[in-house]
Amino acid sequence: MHNKSVAELSRELESGKISSVELTREFLDRIKAEDGQYNSFITVTEDLAMADAKAADEQRAAGNANVWTGVPFAHKDIFCTNGVATTAGSKMLANFVPPYDATVVANFRAAGAVCLGKTNMDEFAMGSSTESSFFGPVTNPWGLNKGEKRVPGGSSGGSAAAIAARLVPAATATDTGGSIRQPAALCGVTGLKPTYGRVSRYGMIAFASSLDQGGTMARTAEDNALMLNVMAGFDPKDSTSANRAVPDYTATLNQPLKGLRVGLPREYFSDQLNPAMEQQVRNAVKEYEKLGATVKEVSLPHAELAIAAYYVIAPAEASANLSRFDGVRYGYRCDNPQDLNDLYTRTRAEGFGNEVKRRILVGTYALSAGYFDAYYLKAQKVRRLIQQDFINAFKEVDVLMSPVSPSPAFVQGEKTSDPVTMYLEDIFTIAVNLVGVPAMSVPAGFVDGLPVGLQIIGNYFEEARLLNAAHQFQQVTGWHQKFPQ
Amino acid sequence: MTISRADIEKVAVLARIRLDDEQIPALENDLSNILSLVDQLSAANTDNVEPLAHPLDAVQRLRADEVTESNQREAFQAIAPATESGLYLVPRVIE
Repeated sequence: MHNKSVAELSRELESGKISSVELTREFLDRIKAEDGQYNSFITVTEDLAMADAKAADEQRAAGNANVWTGVPFAHKDIFCTNGVATTAGSKMLANFVPPYDATVVANFRAAGAVCLGKTNMDEFAMGSSTESSFFGPVTNPWGLNKGEKRVPGGSSGGSAAAIAARLVPAATATDTGGSIRQPAALCGVTGLKPTYGRVSRYGMIAFASSLDQGGTMARTAEDNALMLNVMAGFDPKDSTSANRAVPDYTATLNQPLKGLRVGLPREYFSDQLNPAMEQQVRNAVKEYEKLGATVKEVSLPHAELAIAAYYVIAPAEASANLSRFDGVRYGYRCDNPQDLNDLYTRTRAEGFGNEVKRRILVGTYALSAGYFDAYYLKAQKVRRLIQQDFINAFKEVDVLMSPVSPSPAFVQGEKTSDPVTMYLEDIFTIAVNLVGVPAMSVPAGFVDGLPVGLQIIGNYFEEARLLNAAHQFQQVTGWHQKFPQ
Repeated sequence: MTISRADIEKVAVLARIRLDDEQIPALENDLSNILSLVDQLSAANTDNVEPLAHPLDAVQRLRADEVTESNQREAFQAIAPATESGLYLVPRVIE
């Protein structure tokens, strides 16, 4: 059962071939037996999951089941779960048990899905390798058969690794600069970052509020559609939530792609791209041509400034968001504070890890008197130029296609000594967050036995078109069905 | 762009993060590298470009000024490091 997709598991439950209690037990046993080598979970909620599974079976017996009733999945440990520890991968929140559910969590609860636990992540979602977690790094299931310990990408590396290892069929994730797409690519799973505002941020621990977006991760595009059906929608509790109708994302999966206009951004096939990866991505684009798509080169002239703009805007917003962690109301507090300032400064020095501190300091600097115009305002202006590039491109094409990351999963420790080297991991994903458009990562081949992701970027609120394009690709390719040995 | 030791000490005070002396050289290096990356922005011509704060240029939504939440002080304070009589405790501020 553990190799099956959400859609398949849902049908098995519907047919009565297996109960949610049996299914949940099977996945929990796999987590227990195997996650020691991956460290993809921070918390496993065995008792709660078994109780939820039992309730789901009763709901089904009463004739009240939907597609998610009794299906196991996991939440990234950035979504607040009432009564269950929510750490954001930080010592600061290691003891934090939220008294409320994030809207995304409440939605899955209402759908009757069975949450098995909380997945590991870079501290406060700041990272591209899931090595900055206070709870230890996550190991990519790919490459382990050669004795190599590679990163799963980040920050949603726990969700991606857990799905690749088939410890869960699906998991929630978040994406501020590539944190869904890059780990999905490096672990060979399918992930979607929706349009900014499509999924509620309420109860999702904030990193950079104008960029953060919750999204989906699973093996198939169809499963991503099933997840988005539960997650998307207007939420009055999120001040930037989009008040727009939500389509049934599964309804358009089978539309033919004939006439789909694909643009290849010249700047995303740069010399920073591993040539073998480029070949895989171009092969994937050829599949789209066979499916009836037309392909042309387009240009995003300001795309190369995206990393620079991001590393002003994201740290600036992070420095403001993370000022709430002061050791007073919840979370970590240092021992024996001498005075109020000592309480603040030592709590934050001891509670935050190095990368989080670096970003808070950079952000504080960029926002400080005398530098605000030169850094923050300038970055926001460049952000508009980048957005204009995308608006212009979408006048000519329906979707953009590119690699997700410049190279496949790297070995743990390889990029931890130099933050800037790590930041360049997100060179092809970051502009999407600045612009706010949706984008997917779809398995599209292998280089040296390691997965390669194809990025598909769509116009605002065109998640259905992306899922359709990914689903059609998955009908004619088998990359998403490959499992690590 | 390089950032000096004094800059880092000042920013750390603003950010309320205590730094030990031995942490500062590595931070000087890392932050200078990050700011050099960021300095690419100065090459962009942004004359007459409006800053973009929200991807959809949405403005803050307003709602009626009505009570919509119930008081959950007990639940919120149950997870606080130190409370007393419904108040959060911090080290003495006024002697």
